[in-house]
Amino acid sequence: MLEKLSARIFLFCALLSVVSLLLIVGFVFYKGSHPFVAEGYSFFDFIFGMDWVPSEDKFGIFPMIVASLFATIGALIIGVPVGLFTAIFLAEIAPKRVAKIISPAVQLLAGIPSVLYGVFGLAIIVPFLQNNLGLVKGQSLLAVILVLAIMMLPTVVTVAETAIRAVPKMYREGSLALGASQIGTIFKVVVPAAKSGIMAAVVLGLGRAIGETMAVILVAGNSLILPTSLTDSVRPLTTNIALEMGYAFGTHQEMLFATGIVLFSFILLLNFVLAKISSKGGN
Amino acid sequence: MRKFKDHLLLGLLWASAFLTVAVLVIIVGYIFYKGFRLIDFNFIFGDYSPVGHGGIWPMIVTTLYTIFISLIIATPIGILAAVYLQEYAKQGRLVRLIRYATESLTGIPSIIYGLFGAVFFVTTLKFGMSIIAASLTLTIIVLPVIIRTTEEALKTVPLSYREGSLALGTTKLQTLYKVILPSAMPGILSGIILSIGRIVGESAAIFLTAGTVAAMPEGIFSSARTLTVHSFLVTQESGDIELAAAVGIVLIVIILILNFSATFISKKLNKADY
Repeated sequence: MLEKLSARIFLFCALLSVVSLLLIVGFVFYKGSHPFVAEGYSFFDFIFGMDWVPSEDKFGIFPMIVASLFATIGALIIGVPVGLFTAIFLAEIAPKRVAKIISPAVQLLAGIPSVLYGVFGLAIIVPFLQNNLGLVKGQSLLAVILVLAIMMLPTVVTVAETAIRAVPKMYREGSLALGASQIGTIFKVVVPAAKSGIMAAVVLGLGRAIGETMAVILVAGNSLILPTSLTDSVRPLTTNIALEMGYAFGTHQEMLFATGIVLFSFILLLNFVLAKISSKGGN
Repeated sequence: MRKFKDHLLLGLLWASAFLTVAVLVIIVGYIFYKGFRLIDFNFIFGDYSPVGHGGIWPMIVTTLYTIFISLIIATPIGILAAVYLQEYAKQGRLVRLIRYATESLTGIPSIIYGLFGAVFFVTTLKFGMSIIAASLTLTIIVLPVIIRTTEEALKTVPLSYREGSLALGTTKLQTLYKVILPSAMPGILSGIILSIGRIVGESAAIFLTAGTVAAMPEGIFSSARTLTVHSFLVTQESGDIELAAAVGIVLIVIILILNFSATFISKKLNKADY
């Protein structure tokens, strides 16, 4: 009797995560689709509209989608090579004693609240860009890219390092025995063997970059224009939600949920890619 | 030619590692350099005042509230869920669904959790912008962390423990509470510590559900601000980098302590005599 009851309770607890996921997806999609389903707004105009003026009933988020994509891709271009090379260095080149100090330190930095990266960005990176590039305002797409690239570094390094260390020693020995150099072995044998783990590191870093909100608000400038250069002030999707959720109501609030759906779709796509990669790396 | 390429790549590896370490050292160094002058007894334990830099005691209390409430809910649920997945469930469609849901929850960005919390806990359940609304949102955020770490811990408990206990005539439940859970305890504890780190570092979800009131919360239904939100707001509203950095020091020290205790516990785990 007690045994049966407790088994039921355990099952109930396990199902709560399914329930939570359904509630989150359900509420966000229900709220966000309402303007298009029930109030006659066009979804096409929402995605491709250039103007976001809630007071005039204009809700277009194309500039924000572009800003989010540029910011994420930019952070990827800088953060991934540096992070990956650091991971290779720590796993393959660094003396054991050095790696033993640096690896935990980098791991620790993955746990630092992201807000602090934003504070640093506003205090150092923004004025630096302003002074050296002669900008009116240093808060820009470039500032966002740099902050996100720095922020994703610890994640990329930690996950990629684990993947590289997991490559069996035999691979290296075999390659070296055939006369390959150490560097040749690393780039031609070890890195390809750790490919799926490295890809997972990239996707995790990406997820962190595209979802980041508070640090980005501080350095983005938050203008609603379509970004045409790295020095333009931008407003990515996440910051639009955080900045306006406090006072929005009615259709305006629902449009913020719709913004959330777009962000959600990007993340689902990333998760899908991650799942594909990790199922491939399973053997 | 090959030698040259090798040297170039080796140089790039050194340079990247140096760059990573330098950037991260500069960030932490800058936060400490900017903020340490403000840190004293009154700053940590004083009440907030809008004039000057104010004390941060209300924000510390709010942060502690969110940690306590979310863990008191998420820990038992997470542990029992993991027990179900590891000890009770037959592998099949249901388990795959639960695993899929848990993994998906991990990937959702915190601003989406914030949106959900704002419409579900704040509006639909009528909690208003409050500590309780933020804590319940955080509960969902840390639940997958606790489930996963507990599952890992349960996997390390040798099968012989279970067999030995059951052979002595105990029930499955007695074996669970007297044998399996106690030996999985260090792993479960480090999962809880990880969760505390996640809660302390969270900002976007809390910003949308707990609000920004800078005063000592009267109870769990008060709107209040946590340390991270405080650090964000003083930067955004008044550009007070010194204050934001001082709050940052407090946050980093908390994360450091959590990390050391997690390492300490997992070392104990490795020494445990199986």
